[in-house]
Amino acid sequence: MNFLLKIWRQPSPKAKGKLVDYPISEISPDMSFLEMLDTLNESLIVNDQEPVAYDHDCREGICGQCGVVINGRAHGPLANTSTCTLHMRSFNDGDTIYIEPFRAEAFPVKKDLKVDRSALDKIIISGGYISVRTGQAPEANSIPISNEAVEGAFDAAACIGCGACVASCKNASAALFTAAKISHLAQLPQGQVEHKKRTRQLVQTMDELGFGACSNTGACEVECPQHISIAHIALMNREYWKS
Amino acid sequence: MEASSIHLQSKIPEGPLEEKWSTFKKNARLVSPTNRSKYKVIVVGTGLAGSSAAASLAEMGFEVSTFCFQDSPRRAHSVAAQGGVNAAKNYQNDGDSVYRMFYDTIKGGDFRSREANVYRLAECSGHLIDQAVAQGVPFAREYSGYLNNRSFGGVQVSRTFYARGQTGQQLLLGAYQALMRQVHLGKVSSHTRHEMLDLVVANGKAQGIIVRNLDTGEITRHAAHAVVLATGGFGKIFYLSTLAMGCNGSAIWRAHKKGALTACPSWTQIHPTCLPQSGTHQSKLTLMSESLRNDGRIWVPAKLGENRSAKDIPEEDRDYYLERRYPSYGNLAPRDISSRAAKERIDAGYGVGAMKNAVYLDFKDAILNQGKAGVKKKYGNLFDMYQKITGVNAYEQPMLISPAAHFSMGGLWVDYELSTTIPGLFAIGEANFADHGANRLGANSLLQACVDGYYILPYTLPHYLAGLGKDEKKLSTDQEAFDLAEQDIRSEVKRLTSVNGSRTVDDFHRSLGKILYDFCGLSRTESGLAEAIQKINDLKDAFHQDVRIPGSSDQMNDELEKACRVADYLEIARQMCEDALTRHESCGAHFREEYQTPEGEAERNDSEFAFISCWKYGKEGSQLIREPLQFDYVKPTERSYK
Repeated sequence: MNFLLKIWRQPSPKAKGKLVDYPISEISPDMSFLEMLDTLNESLIVNDQEPVAYDHDCREGICGQCGVVINGRAHGPLANTSTCTLHMRSFNDGDTIYIEPFRAEAFPVKKDLKVDRSALDKIIISGGYISVRTGQAPEANSIPISNEAVEGAFDAAACIGCGACVASCKNASAALFTAAKISHLAQLPQGQVEHKKRTRQLVQTMDELGFGACSNTGACEVECPQHISIAHIALMNREYWKS
Repeated sequence: MEASSIHLQSKIPEGPLEEKWSTFKKNARLVSPTNRSKYKVIVVGTGLAGSSAAASLAEMGFEVSTFCFQDSPRRAHSVAAQGGVNAAKNYQNDGDSVYRMFYDTIKGGDFRSREANVYRLAECSGHLIDQAVAQGVPFAREYSGYLNNRSFGGVQVSRTFYARGQTGQQLLLGAYQALMRQVHLGKVSSHTRHEMLDLVVANGKAQGIIVRNLDTGEITRHAAHAVVLATGGFGKIFYLSTLAMGCNGSAIWRAHKKGALTACPSWTQIHPTCLPQSGTHQSKLTLMSESLRNDGRIWVPAKLGENRSAKDIPEEDRDYYLERRYPSYGNLAPRDISSRAAKERIDAGYGVGAMKNAVYLDFKDAILNQGKAGVKKKYGNLFDMYQKITGVNAYEQPMLISPAAHFSMGGLWVDYELSTTIPGLFAIGEANFADHGANRLGANSLLQACVDGYYILPYTLPHYLAGLGKDEKKLSTDQEAFDLAEQDIRSEVKRLTSVNGSRTVDDFHRSLGKILYDFCGLSRTESGLAEAIQKINDLKDAFHQDVRIPGSSDQMNDELEKACRVADYLEIARQMCEDALTRHESCGAHFREEYQTPEGEAERNDSEFAFISCWKYGKEGSQLIREPLQFDYVKPTERSYK
């Protein structure tokens, strides 16, 4: 397969970026999107050009390190799929593919397609945990938890922290990310004690970090690689007002 | 070369097996609570072992700094573990006990690990489940609300706790959140996008590290009273592996070059259920959880040259080779045995798939018995993942799977206190060689990482700190050892970026991986290993003369990052081959073709090789030091799963 890639190049955080054309040929449909970029980089390196910087690590959709905007969509054309598990068979031979970094005020570009997502860690630091001491805890089976509660908590806990929800939101809101953590811990009995305080802290931190407001367009849940539903945002809003 | 003059102290406490850990805890020194904030601890790596250790030590009151190369501690590769975590809770009332778990693990490791370490692992396993549940880990539950379990390879009880197919992710988030809580409290300073490039040893003790900021290229010094390496495994040395692209062996190798011994570096677990390679462009081999073997049946066509599609091959023309060869464990035979059996069939020409390099993992019978919904509930996300990557619906046709490099049983040698041979340098989790022997049982890696971090290091590291003398409490990066280490690193990165050769780093890495798969992978021979050492030496020379790294070292430079890792891999690879060459027996993952039974099973040699091969670094080749293994409680037997 052959493609024309239009890739965002930006040498450093302060530098001005621009889209640069890279024609690429002989791409196998079985290649992952990142393997296609690897192939491009190998040819750039041997031809004395600067390779494209992009984030990636596990390449199996679970670490959340990868993520670019492909043809205007976070993580590319497939719904609920991370960039690393997207394959070239999802494109047509001859396509022009626009590749840009995740865009959000809270995610400054570091270089080319890499952005700084440490704001997501800051939200968790502000209270996204159960304050149990390590090492000691009551017997695991002493508190039965219903199957529904655990499955519901898992649906939210599955978040990989990639930031696609932020990148796909027109307001660059981190509501889905924040709601997922609030909802995960709120649905478990262990998380109840600190629940109100946690909800207030996480929502306030999210606002302070420059993320926008949620306007319920639902764009985020379409891109979320873990199928996290915006119903969690409704839960967060309800709990925030109650707190 | 042998260096028998060094005598290794494993520091295993006296007394009966069941009491050794209590004995240690009873006698361990403590640092008084008011003094703890005066001690600094560096933790490198923030996976399950690193995060749990850092959170625990910070909570005790020590000043902790963490370093990871990822952009968030939550992304460390523990996150990718799928199937589960073992614990001897006996919730199923199926005959499990701490002793049985200890025995299964030591037998699974082919009697090549220390009894005391393995017993402690089983002993602490139950607490971990309590801890994780309290942190909010959503383990699977029965309709009664109580915790559920499943079986894993190499055991006959159900002791594996799981959170769908994302157990590693959920446990890591628990540990990461505990760590973030300490960041919030000001007890941990977290350095992301930082890679450790060297260990600093002064006055015979580990005193700090040199790191490179991967975003800016800045090189800085950090001093501490103790350094903990929790940097995971180095299976990525094979290039194609189940590991993340950034996983590496650099931290442990740099520590090794500063004097820490390694142990059994060639013992690499080749995981039987991974997605097969489909072309030369491939960058990794994705793991499909071993838990699939609970319900999936593994087979290849019984006839050579079979060209019907899997669905059209009738039962009588299928060879369920694991069920045939190992009737009592069947598809749940341990990983080393399952991988080797797959290789045997593939090499004999029965492989399936486009490159004839795979076997079938078939859910036809499970779907018949449990319904599609039943299978989906257990493995839904794994089937989804399979479809995303291969484009194939595994509810309708069998999965194609193939063995791939996965876990490093070998690593830095540690004693019972998880201390390396450099005082003040500890190694935990996959980075050490300790509990798994020559083959790790499924769902024991998450366990070991957590147990090291939550339960063992919080006792043993303070024990070390409390024994430091008055002068040793002063810390400074302004000393010669730091100057020298930093100079070395600066000149090394400069040299790498100025080679300006013609081949990319990945190109060298792929070549190295191929050598290791061919000669130091699933099966090894004396002549093959000798040939591999020669090839690795040549490749190393070529690398340093012909590698091409664009850009400079004082900025973000992904190629330089990779080059530093591959430079170390080239040296580790050589030692792996030396390790495999000197072990004239087959045990666990180490299969020497010269040492096998007439049926093709591994032939262990307890009279000559019941020892841990420990290696001391030498420029002209490594020196072997033996730590004899003593079995007082179990009798090493032939490891039969028939």
